[in-house]
Amino acid sequence: MATSTTPPQLDSGRQRDPERAVRRVGFSQTLGRWDVKVSPYLYISPFFLLFALTGLFPLVYTAYVSVHDWNLIGGKGAFVGFENYLFVVQEPNFWKSLRNTFSIFFLSTVPQLIIAIVLAALLDANLRARTFWRMGVLLPYVVAPVAVSLIFGKLFADKSGLINTVLGYVGIDPIGWHAQILPSHIAIATMVDFRWTGYNTLILLAAMQAIPKDLYEAAVLDGATRVRQFFSVTVPMLRPTIIFVVITSTIGGLQIFDEPRLFDQTGQGGPSRQWMTATMYIYELGWGNQKSFGRASAVAWILFLIIVIIGLINFSITRKISSDSSTTKRKKVSR
Amino acid sequence: MRKTTSKMWAAAAGVTGIALLATACSGNAETPSDEGSDAGSENITLTLGTFNEPGYTDEMFAEYEAANPGITIENKKAATSNEARDNLNTRLASGSGASDIEMIEIDWLPELMQYPEKFTDLTDPALDGRWLDWKVAQATTPDGVLLGYGTDIGPEAIAFRGDLLAAAGLPSTREEVAAALGGADATWDDYFAFGKQYTEATGKPFFDAAGAIYQGMINQVENAYEDNDGTIIAATNPEVKDIYDSVTTASVTDNLSAHLGQWSDDWTASFQTDGFATMLAPGWMLGVIEGNSAGVTGWDIADVFPGGAGNWGGSFLTVPAQSKHAEEAKKLAAWLTAPEQQIAAYKSKGTFPSQVEALASDELLSSVNPFFNDAPAGQILANRAVGIVAPFKGPNYFAVNDAMQSALTEVDVNGGDAAAQWDTFVSAVNALG
Repeated sequence: MATSTTPPQLDSGRQRDPERAVRRVGFSQTLGRWDVKVSPYLYISPFFLLFALTGLFPLVYTAYVSVHDWNLIGGKGAFVGFENYLFVVQEPNFWKSLRNTFSIFFLSTVPQLIIAIVLAALLDANLRARTFWRMGVLLPYVVAPVAVSLIFGKLFADKSGLINTVLGYVGIDPIGWHAQILPSHIAIATMVDFRWTGYNTLILLAAMQAIPKDLYEAAVLDGATRVRQFFSVTVPMLRPTIIFVVITSTIGGLQIFDEPRLFDQTGQGGPSRQWMTATMYIYELGWGNQKSFGRASAVAWILFLIIVIIGLINFSITRKISSDSSTTKRKKVSR
Repeated sequence: MRKTTSKMWAAAAGVTGIALLATACSGNAETPSDEGSDAGSENITLTLGTFNEPGYTDEMFAEYEAANPGITIENKKAATSNEARDNLNTRLASGSGASDIEMIEIDWLPELMQYPEKFTDLTDPALDGRWLDWKVAQATTPDGVLLGYGTDIGPEAIAFRGDLLAAAGLPSTREEVAAALGGADATWDDYFAFGKQYTEATGKPFFDAAGAIYQGMINQVENAYEDNDGTIIAATNPEVKDIYDSVTTASVTDNLSAHLGQWSDDWTASFQTDGFATMLAPGWMLGVIEGNSAGVTGWDIADVFPGGAGNWGGSFLTVPAQSKHAEEAKKLAAWLTAPEQQIAAYKSKGTFPSQVEALASDELLSSVNPFFNDAPAGQILANRAVGIVAPFKGPNYFAVNDAMQSALTEVDVNGGDAAAQWDTFVSAVNALG
């Protein structure tokens, strides 16, 4: 308050007698003013500095690279505008990579979520050696993705693989896990699920344990079976957590790289790019035969925009669901 | 008020602490490498980047370290050639982190030779005549700068399962197989005709993969994919199309192929299940066959190769320009590629030397390979090395060959249509230009 009245006084004083020294404001007072005006920004600055360094700068620099002819080893070339974008959009492999990414994403996320919820419900029950089982589901998560891919690569081998042998016993013809599009996606989705289901199970389990027990008591009094309790109490109460899990697996799913890259010996996503994902395509453009960082950056930016769009869709669905859940709650209360 | 300020100060202190920690970490990470390079002439650590099994042993390194006090050799091994290529590309792009000596395979050497400034000039008059002429030519830029010292070459012979051929009632000893394939005038038609006899008699595949046979055939064409000036001619070169047609006919129509992708899990497993009777065997492949065929007997090598002599693979040692000890690294690379060391490497891992003197040495010529039915492998491969014509491999060789191998895998392994895959190959090649 005092500070706001000071400037006019100063001004008037100066006009009256220019010789007279400007009234000195104590340094501690200046410091105090800075404290009020500057320090809040200072406090929040570490996040923004780190974000600028690790998030914003790469993003902007990638955009800068994407409008240049840029060789991996040769470095920056001429400015080409949107030529790189035009090139990749006309490449059939680009569209294949998008198709594969989304296909693998859906094939892995949907079963993963269902299995994770069921497993979490089982682990939530009053089990003997509870910690053992809970640690057990997390075990696959500890295994390095590369190791998972190597093992599953052998299991899913087209001719010598265990899975085709077992399928042969029940009279199913061998499936071309490395030859056809859909089977290869299923095989890769299996690897992803093997690794991530346990992780999501534990997140859902934590959420389940936060559900008030009196809801279950009420349900039991109403005569609900365990299955009914699961669908009418557990699943609705898990909604926010399920949304969180869906968002994290969306981000992970659209960036999937290790598993498909190590699915065969060449790491190119199959001879006809049956399982080449978007990130593998970026790698192939930048570090593969073309060595074109410009084109790789263009794809990276397109992928970024796609993820932003999906993020927005996610956001709107989330808002819809959360408002839905509040109305159902209200309904329940009124009932 | 006071309470919140003190909390804020605490938070600020915490954040600053974390920020300091973060910067401290990144600072630390960079220091050791700087110190290591500034350590001076007293103690030098030379890093040697290799892949697969070059055959350089710890004993060799110990010997060199003893003869050159103050030098320590650290060998960084990559599993595959592709992995080494990715790694080196990334290091060259970032300008640091490459080993003092990097091993480079012939197939991807040309694409790096477009950037001679990234490598140290290894020209040394004292080493003139150490290697076969075509080997030196492969690593020499148009301006006459030598970028790499040759290690091994891959003269090709035919490896076969004597027991499987005998069971089919066909010639099955080294000499008989060589004669059956046409001896010194063996052609690919002879090879495929012999294969038909085997497949008709047994119903089993004759060779492992279409891609492998193609590799053997294309390595005998001087300008397969590119003219000497670098123009890509792959899509219009009738020789390429002819080879593609005859390989796909032999593999699919005549069903001689085991329909395995080379290096795939199925391919590795098939060594244990008598999956095929013959395969093309460059020197370095003998070690691979032996490794995959543990417990399997009957492998042998015939001193014959269809279509004349052929070379498959082989590597070079280079010194990236970013090396801080280029002089010492050059010295070590020269020592490692000297005939004595390469003969020792051959004995250790079967990598066939590219040095003129080594090729004539008794030690090499008298060597036998017990796994291959005591075949005189040294003599056979030395015979196979005579008359090799090194094909021209330009900057786009690797990319074109990659597209071709994808097409062949699709046809041979996945049952794709040969004509459609040829079109795919052509459009992939056109995308490069």
